[in-house]
Amino acid sequence: MNLIRYQRPDLVWPTFGRLSSLRDELDRLFESPLAELTRSSQLLSGWTPALDVYEDKENFIVKAELPGMKKEDVEVSLHDGALSISGERKSETKHEDAEAYRAERFFGRFQRTVTLPAPVAADKVKAQYKDGVLTVTLPKTEEAKPKQIDVSIS
Amino acid sequence: MKQTLEKDTPKNAERTPATEFVKPEVNIYETKDGYLLEAEMPGVDKDGLEITLEGNELTITGRRPDESVDGELLFRERSRVNFQRTFELDPAIDTARINAKINQGLLTLTLPKSEQVKPRRIAVSE
Repeated sequence: MNLIRYQRPDLVWPTFGRLSSLRDELDRLFESPLAELTRSSQLLSGWTPALDVYEDKENFIVKAELPGMKKEDVEVSLHDGALSISGERKSETKHEDAEAYRAERFFGRFQRTVTLPAPVAADKVKAQYKDGVLTVTLPKTEEAKPKQIDVSIS
Repeated sequence: MKQTLEKDTPKNAERTPATEFVKPEVNIYETKDGYLLEAEMPGVDKDGLEITLEGNELTITGRRPDESVDGELLFRERSRVNFQRTFELDPAIDTARINAKINQGLLTLTLPKSEQVKPRRIAVSE
């Protein structure tokens, strides 16, 4: 990787020696396995579906944007008070002669986990997938619901 | 051919303030019969979708219904803004035969090329 114009060594000023060694350092950094990781891994190119979390008196409601998926390809699970939404989006378009000329959509696996702030009744969790939005309703356990205690003032 | 179905020109960017719309993410494929455009509009159904053709500019607009929940918002990443994006069409597209469908927030537009511009093999006579 060399982005600066080549200069003949005899024309380079002595003070540039440090700068060019810094440049070599940077080049090495970008050629290191770390750079390879950021380029190839899902860290920068992956799909993180946007989600909202609401809370009302009875429930936690999680809404996730998963456009263009099949219901069967979405997995919702609850483990230790954490809700996991995962799945895989597959490309529907399979034209042998098609040439993709704009590709902004992400295909592949994704996973998002939300730690819920209070215990929920795992057996009463409901999920609905409509218009590309997944809505998960998680009823709170009786103990987690806010209670109003009337205190009589004498 | 490549440049003719390009995305938003600066002119269109000025026309729609950034605060009003977000651009849906799209995939565009070209086949020998035409183009296929997929746009992600989560939350938008058939009634919230509007597709307009003005000259050779195709605009897709997706309005999200108000799906606010009566409760406290703990965490928010989703945008409430409607979707809009404009595309300049390849003149080879037969605009009368453009087809649109929306399924699970994914808009699929089929833009066929008119018959006379499809590649065709010409037989060489002896």
